[in-house]
Amino acid sequence: MSSATGQQHPLKLYFWVWGLLFLFSGFSYATDFLPHGYFRWGLILLFMVAKAGFIIAIFMHMAWERKALIWAILGPPVVLLVLIALMVIEGDYTEFTRLNSFSAPIVPSGHAAAEEAHH
Amino acid sequence: MAQSQATATHAADTETAWQSIATDWSADKQTFHVPWGKAMMWIFLLSDTFIFSCFLTGYMNVRVSTAVPWPNPSEVFGLEVFGVSVPLLLIGIMTFDLITSSGTMALAVNFGYRRDRGRTAALMFMTAAFGALFVAMQAFEWTKLITAEGVRPWANPMGASQFGASFFMITGFHGLHVSAGVIYLCIVAFKVLRGDYEKRGYEIVEIAGLYWHFVDLVWVFIFAFFYLW
Repeated sequence: MSSATGQQHPLKLYFWVWGLLFLFSGFSYATDFLPHGYFRWGLILLFMVAKAGFIIAIFMHMAWERKALIWAILGPPVVLLVLIALMVIEGDYTEFTRLNSFSAPIVPSGHAAAEEAHH
Repeated sequence: MAQSQATATHAADTETAWQSIATDWSADKQTFHVPWGKAMMWIFLLSDTFIFSCFLTGYMNVRVSTAVPWPNPSEVFGLEVFGVSVPLLLIGIMTFDLITSSGTMALAVNFGYRRDRGRTAALMFMTAAFGALFVAMQAFEWTKLITAEGVRPWANPMGASQFGASFFMITGFHGLHVSAGVIYLCIVAFKVLRGDYEKRGYEIVEIAGLYWHFVDLVWVFIFAFFYLW
């Protein structure tokens, strides 16, 4: 195969993406100074997706591949969302069970609960 | 091979996305119009995606389910510089180090296709050096956490005991990937310098690059979910 068939793109594009990755990494790092909450979590996810997108599309050349390869590689990980959803539900349930069965201070009135335990 | 690629590229001008998928997947012929090594590397990376996702999902599950407060990564991984404690300092430096190495790798791929052996090898050795630096910083981080902070896979003084297990498993597996990548890059760079790929072409540099960018990609997710969340 001749070198002309390989992925050849102007260096300028790589330098641009490189710079953007630095910028977004800086933004990511800056989120650590925000208070925990939906705003901070949203920004973390936003910068994470932006960085991942640039790396996959430009540095890994996915933007120039044919659809058959793109979908074969980027499609299957979508099923991981099912696993994540299941583990969130399971995790919440486990926490609920632990708080209810294994930790005394969570019961609204410690005194009343202690009395109830004697019955 | 070159013939089919030329046909595929030509057909892409007129067909829609769905038509291109049907064209590539139907009939007894090559599906992916890329060198076989590149297709296999992508499939390997897909499997690796599932491994890392399982680790991160497992970490999420134990963090959601624990009734004990999770240690604050911002404090745990903070460093004291001239008496001022800076949150996540080392992790921030490690992030920029890996991004830098991704850039040098992307340039190496470009110079590889230009058949500039000297620059390609030099950039790959640079990438490997940044990778080695990353592993060194990680070793420092682990040492500090184990000896100074007393973090163990089964317990730690800061909070939920699952913290140590998640941390060592996820960053350990990632560090293993970086270490393997450094060796891989050095071998390929050495062979580039020796001229082993003059006849076969320089796709191998792009394939090694895919692996390296993936290691950086995984770090993006670890940084977001483990260190910042």
